Amino acid sequence: MNAPALCDIPVTIERGQREVFCGLTGIVWLHRKMQDAFFLVVGSRTCAHLLQSAAGVMIFSEPRFATAIMQEKDLAGLANANEELDRIVHRLLDRRPDIKTLFLVGSCPSEVIKLDLGKAAERLSLTHQGRVRVLNYTGSGIETTFTEGEDTCLEAMVQAAPETEAAQLLVVGTLPDVVEDQFQRLLDDAGISEAAGQVVFFPPRRAETLPAIGPNTRFMLVQPFLNATRRALLGKGCQHIPALFPFGVNGTTAWLNAAAEACGVDSKRVDAACAAPAARASKALAHYRDTLGGKRIWFMPDSQLEIPLARFLEQECGARLLEIGVPYLDRQTLGAELACLPDNSGIVEGQDVDRQLDRLREANPDLVVCGLGLANPLEAEGYCSKWSIELVFSPIHGFEQAGDLAELFARPLRRKSRLTV
Amino acid sequence: MELALWTYEGPPHVGAMRIATSMRDVHYVIHAPQGDTYADLLFTMIERHKRRPPVTYTTFQARDLGGDTADLLKRTIAEAYERYKPNALMVGESCTAELIQDQPGSLARGMNIPVPVVPLELPSYSKKENWGASESLYYLVRHVLAAVPEGDRVEPRNQAPDETSSRRPLANVLGPTSLGFRCRDDAVEICKLLEDLGVEVNLVAPLDATTADLKRIPAADFNICLYPEIARTLCKWLEKTCGQPTINTVPIGVGATLAFIAEIEALTGIDGSVMKNAGLSRLPWYSRSVDSTYLTGKRVCIFGDGTHVIAAARIARDELGFEVVGLGTFSREMARDLKAVAAEFGIEPLITDDYLDIEAAIAELQPELVLGTQMERHMAKRLGIPCAVISSPVHVQDFPARYSPQMGFEGANVIFDTWVHPLTMGLEEHLLHMFRDDFEFNDSAAPSHLHGEGVAPPVSDTHASIPAGENAIAFTAEAAANSASAGAASAGAATARAATVGAATVGAGPDAHDPVEVLTRWNGDAEAELKKIPFFVRGKARRNTEAYARELGQSEITIDTLYEAKAHYGR
Repeated sequence: MNAPALCDIPVTIERGQREVFCGLTGIVWLHRKMQDAFFLVVGSRTCAHLLQSAAGVMIFSEPRFATAIMQEKDLAGLANANEELDRIVHRLLDRRPDIKTLFLVGSCPSEVIKLDLGKAAERLSLTHQGRVRVLNYTGSGIETTFTEGEDTCLEAMVQAAPETEAAQLLVVGTLPDVVEDQFQRLLDDAGISEAAGQVVFFPPRRAETLPAIGPNTRFMLVQPFLNATRRALLGKGCQHIPALFPFGVNGTTAWLNAAAEACGVDSKRVDAACAAPAARASKALAHYRDTLGGKRIWFMPDSQLEIPLARFLEQECGARLLEIGVPYLDRQTLGAELACLPDNSGIVEGQDVDRQLDRLREANPDLVVCGLGLANPLEAEGYCSKWSIELVFSPIHGFEQAGDLAELFARPLRRKSRLTV
Repeated sequence: MELALWTYEGPPHVGAMRIATSMRDVHYVIHAPQGDTYADLLFTMIERHKRRPPVTYTTFQARDLGGDTADLLKRTIAEAYERYKPNALMVGESCTAELIQDQPGSLARGMNIPVPVVPLELPSYSKKENWGASESLYYLVRHVLAAVPEGDRVEPRNQAPDETSSRRPLANVLGPTSLGFRCRDDAVEICKLLEDLGVEVNLVAPLDATTADLKRIPAADFNICLYPEIARTLCKWLEKTCGQPTINTVPIGVGATLAFIAEIEALTGIDGSVMKNAGLSRLPWYSRSVDSTYLTGKRVCIFGDGTHVIAAARIARDELGFEVVGLGTFSREMARDLKAVAAEFGIEPLITDDYLDIEAAIAELQPELVLGTQMERHMAKRLGIPCAVISSPVHVQDFPARYSPQMGFEGANVIFDTWVHPLTMGLEEHLLHMFRDDFEFNDSAAPSHLHGEGVAPPVSDTHASIPAGENAIAFTAEAAANSASAGAASAGAATARAATVGAATVGAGPDAHDPVEVLTRWNGDAEAELKKIPFFVRGKARRNTEAYARELGQSEITIDTLYEAKAHYGR
C-alpha cells in the first residue's frame, strides 16, 4: 500500500507548559490486558505516586506493577544501581512465580542517569532463562506522552517477536477483550480472516504468547498513538494498511473496507457483514444527535485520541469543533483522519496550558475534553467537561460501542441541564 | 532501591505543592519533566478543588535536555510571575530536575522578582511528602518574615497577657494543609474551641492563609502545632526566634482535647473550666451506654501518619474500651513519638512504609477492626475485617461534604460514629447470637446497615470443605491458593505468612509442611462445637484454642480443649 498523500490541514504549533501524563500511565491498562505480565518501573517516588494516582481507585491490592524506587546511593554509581535492580528483580520473581513476562519500564530519572535497561533486560533474561522473559521500554515523561507508553511497550514486543512467513492480519493496539471478540466476528463474517490467513490481535492477552511476525504480515492500527510500533513493524517487513480508526459507524466501516481491499475481499461481503451492526450503531447514535448536535467542542491535548474522536463527533454527532489540541501529531498515522476534518478545526500541536485556557475562555465551548487536573476547575468556572482518561479505559471502538462513545460526551451535557442547584 | 507497590507519601515536592495550594497568594514554579503535572489531580479530583493548584511546571522533554534547560526555567519563572502576580514565589524542582542541577532556587533569586522568592531544596531520593511540606512551610514563613522591612515588623509580644487587662491571649494555629486528613474541618473546630475558651486566633496557616497573615505570625503569644508532621519544624524555629511557646497536644479525642485546654490554661492563665465539661462531647455517654458494651476489648490495629495513630491509640483504649493489638506509622519523622506511646501499650510499633509488611502484620494479628489509611481500607476489605479511615493518604470519599472534624469535642463525636459504624451494632450482635440458626441471622448475613460491605466474607462451600475454613483464616488461605494456582495475586509476604497461620491447623494449602509448627487438628466433635459459637467471636475462639493446645503440646483438639481454653483465656 502506498501511504496516503499527506493532508495539508493547517496546524498551529505551541510550546509551553504541557498538562499531560507521562507514558508510565499506560501500565494502568497494559497490565490489565496482559495478565501474565508484570511492569516494574525503574524510577523515583514520583513515578510510584503517579501510577497510583492515575490508577485512581486502588482496587488491586496486589497489583501487577510496582516501582523500584531509586535512592541516593543508587545515584552514586551505575554499578550499584544495576546490582540493586538485579536484587529487586530476583526478590520480585521469587515472590511472584506467576510472572512470565517482566517489563522493565524506564522513567525520567533512569533516562537521565543513563541506566541501560536494555542491557539489564538482557542480563536478567539470561539469569532467569526459560522462566521469564524480560523486556524493556521507556515510559519516561521526557520521551513519552501518556498513551505513547503503550506505543513504546508494543514496539519492544515487536522487536522481541519471533519471525514467521505465514500470512496474517495483525490488529495492533490494546482493545478490551469484548471489543476484540466483536472485531474477530466482523472480520470472520466479512471473509477477511480467511483471505488474510488469520487474524491476530496485538498485544496478546497473555504476553507469553507473543505473536510471530514477518514479511507476510499485514497490520492495521486500532489506536492512533502507535507511531513507533508502526515503524518497528515496517522495519520487520510487515505491511501497513492505512485506514480511519474504527470509532463510530464511518470509522469502523472504513477500517473494515481498508482491510478487505488489502486482502482482496469483495466489498459486498463487507457491506453484508456490516449491515446489521452498522444499522444498530446508527440507531444508537440517533439518540444523541439532539444532545450533541451543534455543540461546540474543545479538546485539550491529552490521550492522542483527539483527532479521530473529533472526526466522529463532527461527522456522526453533528458537533462543531473549536480547537483540537494534540500533544504531538504524526501525519503518517493520522493522514486519513486529518483528511476527514474541516479545514477550520483549529488543530494545535503541543501545549501552553495557560494560553490555551485563555483561548478556551474566549471561545466559551459547550464541552471541553480534558485531563483530570483541569476538569473540576473548568466545571467550577461553568464549563462542561469530559475527562479524557475515561476514553482510554472504556470500550469505545467499533459499531457496538458507537452509542456508548457518544454517551460519554453527552452525559456531562445532560447532567448539566438536569441540575438546578 | 526500594520496591514499592503503593506509596503512603508522594515525593517531597508534592508536600511543597500542598503548602502552595493551601495558601491563597503563593505560586510555586517546579522544574520538572512532562508528566509531573499529574500531581494537580490530587487536588482537583481527590479534594475537589475548584481552582488549579497555583503551580507552574517547566515540563521539559528530552529535546530540551540537549539545550538550555536553565533558560527554560528562567522563562517559566518570569512568565509565571507575570501571569499570576503572587505575593511570594516558591521555586523548586522534582526528582528528575534534581539530577540535571540547574539550581532553580538560586537562578530565581538572581532574577529581581519583586516578591519574596523561596528557594526549596527538597532531596527527592531520600525524603518524602510530609517532610517536604514541613520544610516548605518553614522556609516560606522565614522568607516572608525576612522580607518585611525593618520598620514594619510586628514585634514579638513575648509575655503572657496581664490577667487584669482586657486583652485576650493570641494564638497562631499552624499545620492544617490541603490534602491533610479532615484539616478543613479541624481548623474550623479548633478556632471555635479557642474562641469559646477566650483565646483569639491570630491566623491559621497554611490553609487559606495569605502572606499578609504570615507577616503577623510574630504578634501571637503562642503557637498551636496541630499537625507535628507539618508544623513542628516551624514551631521550633518560632520558639527560638520569636520566643513563642508551642502547644504540642493534638486535640483528637475527648481526653486529648481536655489536655489541650489544660495546656493552654497553664500557658496563658485563662480559666477554661467551662470548656472542660465533658458534656460538650457525646462520646463519653455513648461509650458508657449499654449498647456499647459489645465494644469492650475489640482488638484493633492502627496504622497511619504519626499524629492520627497516636491519637487513635489513646481513644481506642481509653474512650472506646478497645484492645489495641497493633500500632504503626509510615512517618519516620514521628517514629520516636509513636515508640514512646507504643511502649505505654506494651506494643512494638511497626515503622515502615512497606505495604506488604503492614498487610502481613494485620493478617497475622487478625484484629476485629482496622483503623488506617485508604491502603489499610483495601487490605481490610481483602481480609474481611471492618475498617475505618483515620489518616491520609485518603481517597475522594474521605473528603466528605458534611462537616466532620476529627479534633475537639465534635471531632470526638465524629470519631465515635465513624469507628463504630463498620462494626456489628451491639443489639444486633446480641440478636445474631440468639437467633443464629434463623435464616436471616446466619453467619454470612452482613450487619443490616452495611449492605454487605466491610464484613467477614460469607463462608462458601469451598471454604467449608477446608477443615479450618472460616472467616479471616480461610479467606487468606484462599487468597494464597489463588495466587499459586491462578497466578492472580502474588503469594506476597502477607498471604504467605497468613497461609502458614492457616496451614498450622488446616494441614493443607501451599505451605502446609512447616516443620517447626506442631500440627494441631480439630476432631469432628470439636469442629462442630466451634461452629455453634457465633461467627464474630469464632476466629478468636479458634485462635485461642489452638494456641492453648500448642502450649500443652496437644495434637488433637477436642470439645474439652475448646472449653478449657475458653476458661483459660476468659474475656
